[in-house]
Amino acid sequence: MDIHALQQIVHKTRDARRKQTIPKFSPADRDQLIHKYHPDFRTSAYRPIKFGPNEGDKTVVELATLLEGDSSIQDHADLNAHYTCDVLVIGGGGAGCAAALHAHGAGAKVILATKLRLGDSNSVMAQGGMQISVAPEDSPVTHFLDTLKGGHMENDHALLKVMVEDGPSIAKWLLELGVLFDRQADGNLHVKKGGGSSKPRLLTCSDYTGLEIMRVLKDEVINQKIQLLEFAAAVELLSDEEGNCTGAIFKDLDNQRHVVVAAKSVILATGGIGRLHIQGFPTSNHYGATGDGLCLAYRMGAKLAHIDTFQYHPSGAVYPEQLIGALVTEGIRSEGGQLVNAKGERFVNELDTRDVVSSSIIRECEEGRGIRTMAGRVGVWLDTPLLDAEHGAGTVEKHFPAMMLQFERFGIDISKDPVLIYPTLHYQNGGVKIDTNAETNVKNLFVAGEASGGLHGRNRLMGNSLLDLMVFGKRSGLTAADRVKVMKQGTLTLKHLQKFRAEAKKHGNASGVISPMILPAYTRKVG
Amino acid sequence: MNQEDTNVIDQPEVLKPRMVTIEIAGKKVEVPEGITVIKAMWYAGIDVVRGVGCLGGFCGACATYYRTKDDPKVKTCLACQTAVQDGMSFTMMPPFPARKATYDIQKLQDPKQDLFNLYPEAPLCRNCNACTEACPQKIDVREGVWKAVFGDFKSVSEMFMDCVMCGMCTPVCIADIAPNLVALYVSRAQGAHFSEQPEGLDTRIKEIQDGRFNDDWNKILKMNDKELAEHCATVK
Repeated sequence: MDIHALQQIVHKTRDARRKQTIPKFSPADRDQLIHKYHPDFRTSAYRPIKFGPNEGDKTVVELATLLEGDSSIQDHADLNAHYTCDVLVIGGGGAGCAAALHAHGAGAKVILATKLRLGDSNSVMAQGGMQISVAPEDSPVTHFLDTLKGGHMENDHALLKVMVEDGPSIAKWLLELGVLFDRQADGNLHVKKGGGSSKPRLLTCSDYTGLEIMRVLKDEVINQKIQLLEFAAAVELLSDEEGNCTGAIFKDLDNQRHVVVAAKSVILATGGIGRLHIQGFPTSNHYGATGDGLCLAYRMGAKLAHIDTFQYHPSGAVYPEQLIGALVTEGIRSEGGQLVNAKGERFVNELDTRDVVSSSIIRECEEGRGIRTMAGRVGVWLDTPLLDAEHGAGTVEKHFPAMMLQFERFGIDISKDPVLIYPTLHYQNGGVKIDTNAETNVKNLFVAGEASGGLHGRNRLMGNSLLDLMVFGKRSGLTAADRVKVMKQGTLTLKHLQKFRAEAKKHGNASGVISPMILPAYTRKVG
Repeated sequence: MNQEDTNVIDQPEVLKPRMVTIEIAGKKVEVPEGITVIKAMWYAGIDVVRGVGCLGGFCGACATYYRTKDDPKVKTCLACQTAVQDGMSFTMMPPFPARKATYDIQKLQDPKQDLFNLYPEAPLCRNCNACTEACPQKIDVREGVWKAVFGDFKSVSEMFMDCVMCGMCTPVCIADIAPNLVALYVSRAQGAHFSEQPEGLDTRIKEIQDGRFNDDWNKILKMNDKELAEHCATVK
């Protein structure tokens, strides 16, 4: 049977489903579901880290191996600086751009280095929006409570409080830079409801929120003439005699040479780990999402938080094969798109948190109520035509132009036919532990954005990532810039690496790989 | 997995991919039919550093020229969003040296007039429509350039919301306009200078500054884990 024949059940059952309301799970049912089906609870995928700041903590095998990995830099490498600056930002996504702009604005000499081009990141793909409590019936406190609930009560309260309170001023900053957030008729910011949130709180730029923000921030970085090092992959950090961070070594991916940058402080904004394909999952992440910042910070002695938990976005495309793992925005469920199994039944409240929805999709598929594609992949339907049926013809096209175009390229009209989806590896909930200024336990080493940990607890709420990037990018940038006024450039040494290597040796050089990975090795397989 | 037969659309003959012959930068290679242009390059053993970004069709890094079998027309695509077919020939677009004007968006005095100082080539469009034909996002680029020149910044900002800045509109322009960069300036100016100030946002910022939520914070931050969990459960 071809895919169109299988879709008929979605069309047939649409009217009956429209009247249905599905209650959210009780806390007990929710926990049971997650423990049974969420990939975070597949114990065989995990192992304890053998040494370092998180010795004994469990994480996925793929990450543990990289954290224990060795550096590509020799103990006695030449450390004469090619470049010197006040603030070195590593990473060119949302957090990196925000950090660089704020540090530069505060008068620091900034270098922004990134292993691909400026802006090549996950940020650019964020479609769902940015959570900021701007609506009169909403408040930062409610935003705090929703996020805490979504994060299974394990979020760092201090980080979370500053994020929700800084939110509105971030929106103001972006508007002043020219970001075109969607508006209501009265000129106020339009807010949409997101999964796991009790109030409509998502600021959006149609379904191009991340792209719009990144277009503007990239342009601003260039206009401000911030020095860029593109195609420069960070391979090691540098430390002074006391172990404080003083710069980094990069590999120029065009000519393979090493570039040494001396800096008074370093901001890691290197993003997530999707391209490690944990547990074999496809990913929605960009090409460079290989967890480089985690390895670099870990070797410096920075402690990681919540690295046993990852977010599998409920709706990764399963069909067509070319879009495997690509995200089908949660915005569609926010506007009433329903999830439907092979029997034409709904099976979860679509606006429950991501971990719950993902777990329920995995349950449907494992219990034989999934739909299988010709390529042997399994998924469930996301009823996209329902949006047009519910809100009038043209709704999907108007609200989700990016999605429409993405599927149209493969001859699929998502306003007429439902989309087949399955969870895709989307986000690392944890990362390097930071304080409210985004500084780690290693002095002068800051981490902002997805590479940092603690803020989101065990599950990030939709729309909180874009805000996280902006808030902690800003805080790291301002703190670093403020500090450089009263400090001198520290010496450049690899003492931390020698220490790390000595410890690795005690554990039999555990993993035998070189980290960071820099880019995934796709030339050996197609995936 | 006890999949019911009616749900299964496996057809054994399609599980084995058919191989097709394509040309990558002039060199013939065999790859499985239907994989994306980027995956075809990986399959052929080509390490791609420049030319891959988000892999989701948003970052514009993988701008590619291609031609299908026996068709003389050279088309454009995003390599991560396009499937290969037999007889296809493609090559990635190298970074194109377009000139980007620099400006301080907040300090512009007269953004609609400033356009002509920053991008004096913008009004020189000769209507050839090549930019529109080159756009993989199906934006009517030519129309956008004209609207920018005539000061209809609002329309431009709406038309170019889909723009991934791949820059494929630029090399084809016989008037040396970089339409995507013109549109970026225009969109930012529209946002920064010609959009309403959202009053609700200013109110909220002031409320936070004035400590309107302090009582709530004090209450919440004093709770122990159990109390906090119970409190969270009451938020509907």
